[in-house]
Amino acid sequence: MPSLKDVKTKIEGVKKTSQITRAMNMVASAKLRGAQQRIEDFRPYAEKFQFAMGNLSSGVDPAQYPLMAVRDTGKVELVVITSDRGLCGSFNANIFKLADKEIERLEAEGKKVSLVCVGKKAAGYYRKTGRVRREYTDIMSSFQMFNAREIAQDVAENFLEGNADEVNIIYSRFVSVAVQRPELTTLLPISPEKKDDGGEGGDAAVAQDYIYEPGTEEIMEVLLPLYMNVTVYRCMLEVGASEHAARMTAMDNATNACGDLIHNLTLIYNKARQAGITAELMDIVGGAEALKG
Amino acid sequence: MAETIHLEVVTPKGPVVSEDVELVTAPGYGGEFGVLAHHAPMISTIRIGVMSYRKDNSEARLMISGGFCEVSNNQITFLVESAERGEDIDVDRALRAKERAEKRLAAAARKQEKINQARAEAALQRALARLRVANKGGES
Repeated sequence: MPSLKDVKTKIEGVKKTSQITRAMNMVASAKLRGAQQRIEDFRPYAEKFQFAMGNLSSGVDPAQYPLMAVRDTGKVELVVITSDRGLCGSFNANIFKLADKEIERLEAEGKKVSLVCVGKKAAGYYRKTGRVRREYTDIMSSFQMFNAREIAQDVAENFLEGNADEVNIIYSRFVSVAVQRPELTTLLPISPEKKDDGGEGGDAAVAQDYIYEPGTEEIMEVLLPLYMNVTVYRCMLEVGASEHAARMTAMDNATNACGDLIHNLTLIYNKARQAGITAELMDIVGGAEALKG
Repeated sequence: MAETIHLEVVTPKGPVVSEDVELVTAPGYGGEFGVLAHHAPMISTIRIGVMSYRKDNSEARLMISGGFCEVSNNQITFLVESAERGEDIDVDRALRAKERAEKRLAAAARKQEKINQARAEAALQRALARLRVANKGGES
């Protein structure tokens, strides 16, 4: 039987922990509101963009644009986007699970995999594997288009230099507050037919004779990099919203678990106290009996 | 009512306009262009400037900054960095931005700094477009 004092200290400790988890839960839910708003505002833009790109690129010759070049995929780059901070349940672990599976699959096929890690957690997780080509940390808390642009530019350059034949992004899609689904989407080469499920790809891209203003090439030169920026940015926003949602749920669970723990510890405490009182009574009664005798 | 075309203006901060309209004019790559119902499929880059659309004899104006627009299936979609209505524009701020950009432009021209010059030029364009939209909005 643990001593009264031990149990009491423990209860105090758990109470403090639950205060912290409750506070984190509230902070996460406040941040989620902002992040959710941002991704929900941005999604229509990204989807329309994707749709227009589909229409547009169906009418052009992929061989003409280096960013659309389909090569034999011997080298694959994965951009793994995670959060900068932990304490969000299995959120990052789920992303790693998908990424690890993908790496394993690619390497089993004899392909070379390089990684670009976005977010501290990914950087820490993959640092020792020797596959990491670049790291971007401490950018997940402030969503800026220029961060996305920087990543997109770097990845594109690497692709154009022939160091990667295919670039995929692994991120977590924000489905709802309760559900965040790790997903893989292809960033490069940009292909017109491929509909990734990020957008409402239901409408088939109809090959139409577009009037291009200015010429096709000038437009594609502007739009292809922009499309990459938009895709990377969307993935970052998705991860941002997912992270806060995951943390909110995790912290809510932790707070509940603390409540259960306090309940059980209080039972033990009361039992120990009662046992103490009973033992004392027995002593007194025993003593009185002895005197009578 | 005349035939209409569906207009959508979408920015990274969310959709701004989604309406059936009769006429859309916008600052394209080669200059101002107009789009009526059943326009042929087209894709054009969009410059910083003022776009307007007409519906039931009333005209609305928006300040838009760079992006592109796509016309297909009797629908015109603008994908631009920002779009602002006249009433949302802070005239004082635009005026200040205009002055600042003009100063920078002059300074950049002296030192021959290409990047700053381009940036200031874009800022000036935005400020001027904002002022144009805001002023027209006030008169009507």
